[in-house]
Amino acid sequence: MSRLSAANVLLAKEIIARYPRPKSALLPLLHLAQEQDGYVAEDAMEHIAELIGVTAAEVLGTCSFYEMFKREPVGRYMINICTNISCQLMGGEELLHHAEERLGVRPGGTTEDGMFTLEDVECIAACTEAPCLQVNYRYEYHVDNERFDELVDELARGSRHDIPRHGTLGRVRQHLDPERAAGIRAPESTGEPQWYTSRKPKEEAR
Amino acid sequence: MPTNDYVAHAVGYVDNEGPKIVTSRFSDPDSYTLDRYEATGGYNATRAVLQMNPADVHSQVRDAVLLGRGGAGFPAGVKWGFMPPIWPRYLVVNGDESEPGTYKDRLLMERDPHQLIEGCLITCYALGLNTCFLYVRGEMALAQERLARALNDAYAAGYVGRNMFGTDVGIDVVLTWGAGAYIVGEETALIESLEGNRGMPRLKPPFFPAAKGLYMKPTIVNNVETLANVPWIVLNGADAYKRYGSERSPGTRMLAISGHVNRPGVYEVEQGKVTFRELFYGDNYCQGIRDGNELKMFIPGGGSAPWFFPEQLDLPLEAADVGAAGSMLGSGAIVVMDETTDAVRACLRVVRFFARESCGKCTPCREGTNWEEKILQRIDDGYGRLEDIDLLLDIGSQISPGNYPTASFEAEGLEANPFPPKQTTICPLGPSSVAPITSAIRRFRHEFEEKIAASALTNGHHGDADHDEHPEEVSA
Repeated sequence: MSRLSAANVLLAKEIIARYPRPKSALLPLLHLAQEQDGYVAEDAMEHIAELIGVTAAEVLGTCSFYEMFKREPVGRYMINICTNISCQLMGGEELLHHAEERLGVRPGGTTEDGMFTLEDVECIAACTEAPCLQVNYRYEYHVDNERFDELVDELARGSRHDIPRHGTLGRVRQHLDPERAAGIRAPESTGEPQWYTSRKPKEEAR
Repeated sequence: MPTNDYVAHAVGYVDNEGPKIVTSRFSDPDSYTLDRYEATGGYNATRAVLQMNPADVHSQVRDAVLLGRGGAGFPAGVKWGFMPPIWPRYLVVNGDESEPGTYKDRLLMERDPHQLIEGCLITCYALGLNTCFLYVRGEMALAQERLARALNDAYAAGYVGRNMFGTDVGIDVVLTWGAGAYIVGEETALIESLEGNRGMPRLKPPFFPAAKGLYMKPTIVNNVETLANVPWIVLNGADAYKRYGSERSPGTRMLAISGHVNRPGVYEVEQGKVTFRELFYGDNYCQGIRDGNELKMFIPGGGSAPWFFPEQLDLPLEAADVGAAGSMLGSGAIVVMDETTDAVRACLRVVRFFARESCGKCTPCREGTNWEEKILQRIDDGYGRLEDIDLLLDIGSQISPGNYPTASFEAEGLEANPFPPKQTTICPLGPSSVAPITSAIRRFRHEFEEKIAASALTNGHHGDADHDEHPEEVSA
């Protein structure tokens, strides 16, 4: 869809500044693009390439490796159902089948109204609460078929204000105030920190 | 649905009887705030450490024998000593927890982010480095949120960054996060990811992170739970730490026990003191197998670990003992399976995970894990062939060479595959896919054979490879 907005370019520059090499900001910037558009648009990848000084192909190369980056528009709500071993033991695969029927799509598919994308995912670290799922990376525990239907209704009604639209991860960002930062060490710099040298025992400093 | 006695705001965590080192604040609803952290002694360890000689801080952690909690169990203090005297050097925190069955780092990041930040600061101080990257798994939105807020508060309070606590010490902690790739939990892949690349592991040697890590500079990669122990150790001393746990494995560790138990949960348990039996059946822990069923098998340390069976129940949770018995405690993930479990399907599910998560760098893993999955899938779907069992073992032996049971072996003479596994690959992902296969076939070969026999009957063939076509293969 689009390049990064002016506000997001400012944010992108702040993020780039906290890494010793601009390319290290690539994953966070791809997340930023996904937060802006709901997916990672081709224009956004080209824009990110300009911002960090690599080719668009390199950005695509990294982007396409990671499961969470969607290069096509997806539903407002991404429903990720875990079917890994702990969830399988407690009915995760049956839940996935129910979800396929309820939403009328296969894993990877999006409902026609653009509300839901269904995925079967690997372990999402809530194994004692199986079967579990995430909606836009927010957890739902012990989901049976009835609970799944309720959840879909809640989401369709728009009553789940606690779940942001797809693309938004943490709603709080780290802000590194340059006045407060110690200064990120570039790999090109040399020498141990002054405070370290002065605190080492004398025999070791020799 | 199992009953649980969770602390309401920390779903999954069971506050049972026993010493608490890293989960001591989990019972407070606001344990993630700076106010609560400070009210419970938080940041006192950093204050004390800033008056100490960095080498003494390092020795204290080395003396405590703080074993890495990410899976390999290597002593953190020894690992720290591997860095050559080259600057700059970096600390990278591995919060990319995604081993099947594992979750403890997520709770530590969500419930007590300041404890982790403090662990990072103390480690940076001990090693004389001033940049730390905290890499959190992409799917863990709440953990990212809590850590971001904690870092913003700690920077504003002057506890992180320039002139920490009014001293001349300056250390930055940068929060960064992944985007869904299990392999990034491997330390060299994590470094690649942090450099903005596809998360593919590097060959060791020469790329041991402690020597050539992030930007080819000395880098220490530690697990979240490992670092969360550090503030307690420097506040209370190595001797106090060694009073908990066993002689070989001091302290506690967080265990996530899931599957068919009555009270699944994340428990903080003294290392080396409890047996699997106490853990599964004890009142203080999981309170038995569901519906009074019999235990069939269990995974003692995450999806990569070879399976254990009822005869291993009396082993203590001690890394060396579990290792000698042919498996590992790994990342503290225990998956319990009762008699109703289909061994072929469980095996298929774990193998599918590795097939999906293979990064594709090494051919034996990229191709082999996918063939393992396809073959197991067709057996489970009722299209198995007689030779499939041997074929699975043959493919496995090309990813992880070993003396596998083949058709020529008598059932009694089966040898376990070597552990730790040998590998024809750069990292252990591919070899890990062989563990469930050899575990399941050694023990439950008859279940494979029964499924295959049933498929021959229902299809009117007799396990003849030329005629039994899986529908997907026909359409492909």
